[in-house]
Amino acid sequence: MQNFPAYTDTDLQSELSTLNLGPTHPATHGVFQNVLQLDGERIVSGVSTIGYIHRAFEKIAEHRPFYQITPLTDRLNYCSAPINNMGWHMSVEKLLDIQTPKRVDYMRVIIMELSRIADHIVCNGVLGVDTGAFTGFLYMMEHREAIYEIFEEVCGSRLTTNIGRIGGFERNFNDIAFAKIRQFLVNFPKTLNEFESLFNRNRIFVDRTKGVAPVTAEQALGYSWSGPILRATGVDYDVRAMNPYCSYEDFDFEVPVGTSGDVYDRFLVRNEEMKQSMRIIEQALNKIEKEDPNIFHADVPEFYLPPKEEVYNNMEALIYHFKIVMGEVKTPVAEVYHSVEGANGELGFYIINDGGRSPYRLHFRRPSFINYQAYAPMSRGMLLSDAIINMSSLNIIAGELDA
Amino acid sequence: MGKITNEELLQKLTAQFGENVTNVSEPYGLLTAETTRGQIIDLLNWLYNEPSLQFTYLTDITAIHYPEFEGKEMAVVYHVHSLVNNIRIRIKVFLAEGDINIPTATTIWNGANWMERETYDFFGVNFTGHPDLRRILNVDDMTVFPMRKEFPLEDPNRVDKKDYFFGR
Repeated sequence: MQNFPAYTDTDLQSELSTLNLGPTHPATHGVFQNVLQLDGERIVSGVSTIGYIHRAFEKIAEHRPFYQITPLTDRLNYCSAPINNMGWHMSVEKLLDIQTPKRVDYMRVIIMELSRIADHIVCNGVLGVDTGAFTGFLYMMEHREAIYEIFEEVCGSRLTTNIGRIGGFERNFNDIAFAKIRQFLVNFPKTLNEFESLFNRNRIFVDRTKGVAPVTAEQALGYSWSGPILRATGVDYDVRAMNPYCSYEDFDFEVPVGTSGDVYDRFLVRNEEMKQSMRIIEQALNKIEKEDPNIFHADVPEFYLPPKEEVYNNMEALIYHFKIVMGEVKTPVAEVYHSVEGANGELGFYIINDGGRSPYRLHFRRPSFINYQAYAPMSRGMLLSDAIINMSSLNIIAGELDA
Repeated sequence: MGKITNEELLQKLTAQFGENVTNVSEPYGLLTAETTRGQIIDLLNWLYNEPSLQFTYLTDITAIHYPEFEGKEMAVVYHVHSLVNNIRIRIKVFLAEGDINIPTATTIWNGANWMERETYDFFGVNFTGHPDLRRILNVDDMTVFPMRKEFPLEDPNRVDKKDYFFGR
């Protein structure tokens, strides 16, 4: 266990000043409060205060049927809500022992990788903004819009998507959705290349990020970091590769790692991950073509709501509809932990079920919450302006932090 | 290093701790074992340091409240992951109401700090030796531990959602 060193400087000014950074500071992109002790512009120590948007999701989840917990997961990491939705669905499917068809898995992979790209677009774009370059952010934002249009085509909403159902999707992807996904794969790489050529060797950007907030692999693992920021330190831990879920084992992709774990490495790792995500989406599109185009959910009538027209005209569908809505379906008494690779790291769902209509207890392992605790210790000795871009590159999402 | 199976892991665990590892099960392929408050830190330390295991990654710490389990009302659950062997293990410690104290794991992982603060905040589990055991997500002047089962989310006097209306 290797901790970040305390900041000791014999030339300290006689008086330190206290700075309340946040909770609504425009530079922190979210509700984060850090009470910092400053010596001039250098941070001597800091304390993070969190919980400003705590909404007690774990408590609420104890009173909701499984399918109604999906909208709660939307509001964890709202920059990549579909990953949370599908992580939740897959956890419930693991609990209920539901096998999803390959086509459903591939559809999910497409949506999850698109949301990973959307999340990284925001993070890396904002990192650029914080170092003084607005252009890259605007270039990239256009393509996040394209991703949101795909989500809209698939499920009807954009930010908090509530996408998919237990067992699959609520409806099949239409041709427009597929066309938009293919169009995205054509358009986005050009912009990403442009973005990289704007930043990767940009003198100002490199000077501002290289060597800022370096983290060793030991420190990162000691703080239970996961996701791109852990991989930037050189640890190749990616849930998709290590414990493949949702048929990720069928795909050929690489897990990019950095070396020094500084802000610059995190930026590069995220850029590379977007490229890998596009590789995965392309493979998934090709694989989907070989599957039966009419399958978009598993055959689990006890958990998958039947279409409305069947409910009105078909006895069995009506019974299942009633049983699902009224919570009459038996679930196993069991506990299950399932994790997916969220955009920020290992997003885990720990369900303890007592056989009722809602979980007895549900715990979210939220990567932002766990990653953020290193922020105050690692800020010691850092310049205030470096601490700001360090926070941007950690990509802490307030919704996931406070749950 | 090659992968190890749950059986091998369990063998090593019982060889080391014998009587102190009880109630072993394997729900959904994740080895789950129970230990005592006195042994938990030794056990986690051993898992961390044993060269053939190297459970160096703390995935999660949380608690579960079972008010109906006499003498075992609070379960503290540790999920630990060995990245080298790619195997996870879940360790549980049951504590009795009125004496919810357990030694802190911050001596092994820095990352346990906030996880334990969160567990304290919601369940009132007192992690002895924790460097900074304060509330984390709730307001500081809160007096209760809200995730405990004695605090229902909805008004308990409300009748329109009672189970007997639905034949349950």
